[in-house]
Amino acid sequence: MAVTDTNGERRRRAPFPRWIKGTVLTLGSIAVTMLGLLFITFIIGRVMPIDPVLAIVGERASQSTYDAVYEQLGLDKPLIVQFLYYLWDVVRGDFGMSLLNARPVSEDIARVFPATMELATLGVFIGIVLGVPLGVIAAVNRGSWIDQIARVVALVGYSMPIFWLGLMGLLVFYGILGWVGGPGRLDIFYQDIVPSRTGMILVDSAIAGDWSVFWNGFSHIVLPASLLGYYSLAYISRMTRSFMLEQLSAEYVTTARVKGMSERAVIWGHAFKNIRVQLITVIALSYANLLEGSVLTEIIFSWPGIGSYITTALLSADMNAVLGGTVVVGLIFICLNILSDLLYRIFDPRSK
Amino acid sequence: MSDATAPDLTWREWLLTDAPTSRRHARLANFYQGWLSLRANSMAMFGLGILVALLLVAMLAPFLSPYDPYVQSLGNRLQPIGAEGHLLGTDSLGRDILSRLIYGSRITLYIVALVALIAPVAGLLVGTVAGYVGGWTDTVLMRITDIFLAFPRLVLALAFVAALGAGIENAVLAISLTAWPPYARIARAETLTIRSADYISAIRLQGAGALRIITKHIWPLCISSLIVRVTLDMAGIILAAAGLGFLGLGAQPPSPEWGAMISEGRRFILDHWWVATVPGLAIFTVSLAFNLLGDGLRDVLDPKDGGE
Repeated sequence: MAVTDTNGERRRRAPFPRWIKGTVLTLGSIAVTMLGLLFITFIIGRVMPIDPVLAIVGERASQSTYDAVYEQLGLDKPLIVQFLYYLWDVVRGDFGMSLLNARPVSEDIARVFPATMELATLGVFIGIVLGVPLGVIAAVNRGSWIDQIARVVALVGYSMPIFWLGLMGLLVFYGILGWVGGPGRLDIFYQDIVPSRTGMILVDSAIAGDWSVFWNGFSHIVLPASLLGYYSLAYISRMTRSFMLEQLSAEYVTTARVKGMSERAVIWGHAFKNIRVQLITVIALSYANLLEGSVLTEIIFSWPGIGSYITTALLSADMNAVLGGTVVVGLIFICLNILSDLLYRIFDPRSK
Repeated sequence: MSDATAPDLTWREWLLTDAPTSRRHARLANFYQGWLSLRANSMAMFGLGILVALLLVAMLAPFLSPYDPYVQSLGNRLQPIGAEGHLLGTDSLGRDILSRLIYGSRITLYIVALVALIAPVAGLLVGTVAGYVGGWTDTVLMRITDIFLAFPRLVLALAFVAALGAGIENAVLAISLTAWPPYARIARAETLTIRSADYISAIRLQGAGALRIITKHIWPLCISSLIVRVTLDMAGIILAAAGLGFLGLGAQPPSPEWGAMISEGRRFILDHWWVATVPGLAIFTVSLAFNLLGDGLRDVLDPKDGGE
């Protein structure tokens, strides 16, 4: 403490600028959260009723084989040492072997993940394009019929089981009307035509310039993506509406109106500009939620993404695959949360 | 209305009085005023009506359902809606869908009730202790809460069910494990504001211990915001339970759980659409009802609007 500080005017200079301290704290809390996530999956892996050794050696293995594998898996070590081994494996991207197909889980996940990402990205895109204007219009015309419609749309979205809505969509648009492609990513006829670069069919076929594959892929993805889009629309439009209402009741909006500014300029030029930062956070969160929402959607549409992967592994007791998938989804979820937090700090002038 | 307690007061006047004569009187008056403003909200009353109907259907299931929900009749399978004797048709094993729907309401209520008991209580416990004790306890407990919040709920529930094994009780446990953190957050925030109030200091000076302060003076004040949150969460809980049932990880066949019924009907969706459609409508109706009621309750009880 500064002894010369007699009248309180001279302040002791902080040893570090504030942003460094903030960054260290943020990084620390991220690290703790990720460790916690890995600890939970580790514990889940330990309490499960399936014997991991038995799953590898089979029931008819001799006791010595059993013991050898038991030791090889490190199960004779104390729990904390096992956890450190597990951490080290995860850091290297090693989630063990899938018991089902004897391939590394990480390879499987890398293979299925682009399908989920393609679906969720298109879904959140639809949610933004429709949800943001809907929320703004609902806020501007508060209490009008269009506000009521926006409310009902969101309420129904919150209350509808996603897997059921997917089934109904499939029934109506595929079964009855025949407007869209059925389950799966492509018709069999179109499969394996374009080389896989990104793993995302729409991108790959556009790069290859094969538009027949592109449109076939599009006809398959449009229904599940609209479905996910509807769910993020429900959330995004509600949040946009409440952000806009807050801005529209602010004094600067009244001032702008008194000055004779057109209503369009007030809404889009002033009020909307000020909610962009909050919207980014909401969009990042709904993207994270879509990754999760895609689990059930992928099952309905036989979409070979990470949701299908985890569920299939679950039903065949392939624990390495389940936990690997859980860790990856959890990590992405955390990263998106952090990203939204960071974007908020970067773009919001008040937080500087 | 005529049998008033005081000579000149009707029940209504007694309840709406500005000068309550006892604690109980004040509490009842407060409750009645909340009820009045909830009653004015027609959407919330609509939701409440559906939920009361659901409760009645679940209680009177044996009297209401025309058939045994488990009895199969293979000669009578996949009857369409409106078929003779089967108002909502039959499923792939010839079981009456209406009867299964009626009995399924019991399972839905059972799951909802259990989660609504476990998750908020756990959250309340963690949140109030963290908020009241503060310091390291607060930091550690809130970190744990954050970790659970950071997990995608359905995926975490999937992993838990994978470890515990499929079944209704394990599904309830898995959903509760993923549902408690928001309650802990709310309870902590409430505790922090209550903790520094003068009357808490007064009680402390009178010698009340932490346990007494938390259970007698902090918990009662956290309840109303938790109730709102629970009601709004119910829809999510129903959807999660149905999702687990649909994946075959919740209720097991032949149980008439609605999510599992959709899963059974999924195979015939293109030719026999009603088998999967009807239970989905039931899930939708009930979770919509909870959402409507929750919205209404929030308007009445939200501390920010001065409902306290």
